[in-house]
Amino acid sequence: MDNSATSPPGASPRLALRGICKSFPGVLVNDHVDLTVEAGEIHALLGENGAGKSTLMKIVHGVLAADSGTMTWEGRPVRITSPAEARRLGIGMVFQHFALFDSLTVAENVALGLEGGGSVARLRDRIRAVSDGYGLALEPDRHVHELSMGERQRVEIVRCLLGDPKLIILDEPTSVLTPKEALALFAVLRRLRDEGRSVLYISHKLDEIRALCDRASVLRGGRRVATVDPRAETARSLARMMIGSDPPDLTDRADTAAEAARPLLEVDTLSLDSDDPYGTDLHEISLSVRPGEILGIAGVAGNGQNQLMRALSGERLLARAGAIRIAGRPVADLGPGPRRALGMAVVPEERLGQGAVPELSLAENALLSAWRHGGLVKGGLVRGRHTHGFARTVMSTFNVIAHGSDAEARSLSGGNLQKFIIGREILQDPQVLVAAHPTWGVDAGSAAAIHQALVTLRDRGAAVLVISQDLDELYVLSDRIAVIAGGHLSESRPTHAVTAEDMGVMMGGMMGGLTTGGLFEAAPTGRRPTVGGQETGHEDTGHEV
Amino acid sequence: MRIRGMRFRVGGPRLEARAERSRAMVYLTPLVAAGLTVMAGAVLFAALGHDPLRALYVFFVAPLTTTFGLSELFVKATPLVLCATGLAVGFRGNVWNIGAEGQLILGAIFAGGLALWAGEAFTDGGGPWLLPGMMVMGILGGMAWAAIPALLRTRFNANEILVSLMLTYVAGFLLGYLVHGPWRDPMGFNFPESALFGDAALLPALVSGTRLHIGALFALAAVAGAWVLLMRSFIGFQIKVVGLAPRAGGYAGFSGARVVWLGLLCGGGLSGLAGMVEVAGPIGQLHTQISPGYGFTAIIVAFLGRLHPLGILLAGLFMALTYLGGDTLQIELGLPRAVTGLFQGMVLFFLLASDVLIHHRVRWSRPPVTASVAPRGETA
Repeated sequence: MDNSATSPPGASPRLALRGICKSFPGVLVNDHVDLTVEAGEIHALLGENGAGKSTLMKIVHGVLAADSGTMTWEGRPVRITSPAEARRLGIGMVFQHFALFDSLTVAENVALGLEGGGSVARLRDRIRAVSDGYGLALEPDRHVHELSMGERQRVEIVRCLLGDPKLIILDEPTSVLTPKEALALFAVLRRLRDEGRSVLYISHKLDEIRALCDRASVLRGGRRVATVDPRAETARSLARMMIGSDPPDLTDRADTAAEAARPLLEVDTLSLDSDDPYGTDLHEISLSVRPGEILGIAGVAGNGQNQLMRALSGERLLARAGAIRIAGRPVADLGPGPRRALGMAVVPEERLGQGAVPELSLAENALLSAWRHGGLVKGGLVRGRHTHGFARTVMSTFNVIAHGSDAEARSLSGGNLQKFIIGREILQDPQVLVAAHPTWGVDAGSAAAIHQALVTLRDRGAAVLVISQDLDELYVLSDRIAVIAGGHLSESRPTHAVTAEDMGVMMGGMMGGLTTGGLFEAAPTGRRPTVGGQETGHEDTGHEV
Repeated sequence: MRIRGMRFRVGGPRLEARAERSRAMVYLTPLVAAGLTVMAGAVLFAALGHDPLRALYVFFVAPLTTTFGLSELFVKATPLVLCATGLAVGFRGNVWNIGAEGQLILGAIFAGGLALWAGEAFTDGGGPWLLPGMMVMGILGGMAWAAIPALLRTRFNANEILVSLMLTYVAGFLLGYLVHGPWRDPMGFNFPESALFGDAALLPALVSGTRLHIGALFALAAVAGAWVLLMRSFIGFQIKVVGLAPRAGGYAGFSGARVVWLGLLCGGGLSGLAGMVEVAGPIGQLHTQISPGYGFTAIIVAFLGRLHPLGILLAGLFMALTYLGGDTLQIELGLPRAVTGLFQGMVLFFLLASDVLIHHRVRWSRPPVTASVAPRGETA
């Protein structure tokens, strides 16, 4: 399987890993992994969260040291002890979470990442040269906080390309991109490959990998289980390699969305100034969710989802109570507690630190939002047995893998913790569930279980609102879809009436084929909105460095 | 930025991040810190030219060998435990009340003011209502002083560390003004002190012939109450959540402002009670030296006791010993009393340093082989 056609026989592969092992206390994260990357190929590294992809890449990038195993670079044995050394060899990495300073310009950010890069003025020309050469449109003097996520990623990629790398590692690069931005990225990566560079592409999005990559190595439980030609596989066969069994199908949509039923959740022309200086204001957002219905809100992160969540959950209160109604009752001036008492449950954006307290046990985290449920608190005292019992019910019902209800929340994998949080909310039997990014960074098996749980809740007659960047997820789950961009929300349409292209265009903030009443005309184009409603004067003027 | 935990590339001991917080270490590191303090103390004594074993004996053991010494240990531990218990409520909620000393002084002023007024207003110096009245006044005085940083924090987001700390000095000047001026004892030969309290304003002794008084029982009651509040009640759970993850508190609907008020009022109230206990107990009047820094030492007590009421009880006794030991060292070896502060500082220093073991473990292995070098030409 490893004999690649992309390099002539006899030539050394660009990078070869043999028998790499790495363990962290209690877990073997990489178990004798072999991996060969040839010159001029895009090689996918595929696996669920926790399969060991990131650890392996950190070893290649010199951030972590392997416990055992060998690494050869263009036929030469090497030992990479730091990212700086990796850079010297010609290995560059684009991380999933960008390390950029919002208040600095593109050129200044790039300068910070380079050793002895010379003056910022000279760098500006180099950035222009590289970005023009690869079609990565980037203005060196723009401030990072004005950039879209796609543009920020371009900054990271340009920074990486300035080091003229022979191997570029990208960690889940499309997780922050619109479909259109993703296609543009693919074009760049193909071009880099055609120049003879190697690309290691970490992802768990199967369609992407099939469209882009020449070979794919699948990791499962720390081992490399296969290396295949992804174009010769189906998404289903790749998923089977990745999770070791067939992915579960969602049960068919029960057509219960009763048109006549009264909405359980209504938002009425909600406008809100962001309380975060780099956040997005909300402009006259209206929506309604009926019983037995899932409404999906699509949009690229940073377009107002965060403020909408804060208003919906009750973390931010509004003077006009009628802006949000639960089962007809105005609640916008009520905090999270009273809203829960009216039957609302919330799955927040952040798992650790918001949906769960990392340092506390699962039992205590069950108490966090479920304390008014099932007599967990009596006479002002916490009832330990009931709390642990409820936590264990959540764990067994939603198949949460952890060593008991005493386990600290932070010891769980992302997927398991998310299952726990969703289970905790659903077992409170809510009438209304608001979930933000329910499967973000979650492994495929857990994602399927979470989707199933949301559909089951919907079929029980609850109103479910899902905010997500993942279009596939919204297509699978939603009965209706609306798009948020620049703090405006489009009208919702039945899912089957919206094509992915429509949505991609809308997510980019540009109005296209959809008739949404001109709501988007005010929205900025491919750029983050202005700060706090004021002009920040970021056009071509100013910003002397 | 992207690497969690620390790595050391040298051979020998390495620090390695633990997957979960070590519960054993949470309880062991205070003992480690105490042990290191004793060892460092021995080195210090030796450097000063004293027999370290004898000095340590004088400091740590000698005070406990007499009934008087033991009773004094409890007398000194009482205000420490009271203040630290109240502070722990706030500290758990990320509310950093550094002004227990000032709140203690205000409690003493309020309670002492009532005692002085009763001494003049009633021929018998006041009845059995006076002590409970002084307790209430002491608690109210401390709370009033702590309410200032609470108000400024919740209204204007003013930093409660600075406000509560600075108010301590204001409290000291207020006490100084009172005992130099309006409340000075006319029969006191111009010393800056009030008249002695009447018998009705003094806490009854617990063990006759010693200074140990029933204030010690207040401290025990505070520990028991705080245990229920912090370890068992839903309010305690809310404090903990808001302290550890404010955003999770907001998500769950727990009010951060309420935790600020609760934390500061508990700290202020119990510190105020400590002030009342001091002036109605061992001191018996108001003067400028009513506290040798109990309110500040209580911060160390709270952390040494792991913000746990029972731990605070033990830590309070240990820190009380450093006050007694300082006294005996001064008497027996002629060392300055600053030794007390030095030991208290070392305890905190070593505690903070050894707390790294809660989240990390020490590995004594050789450094790992970094993607070990294969012989040339042996590529598979």
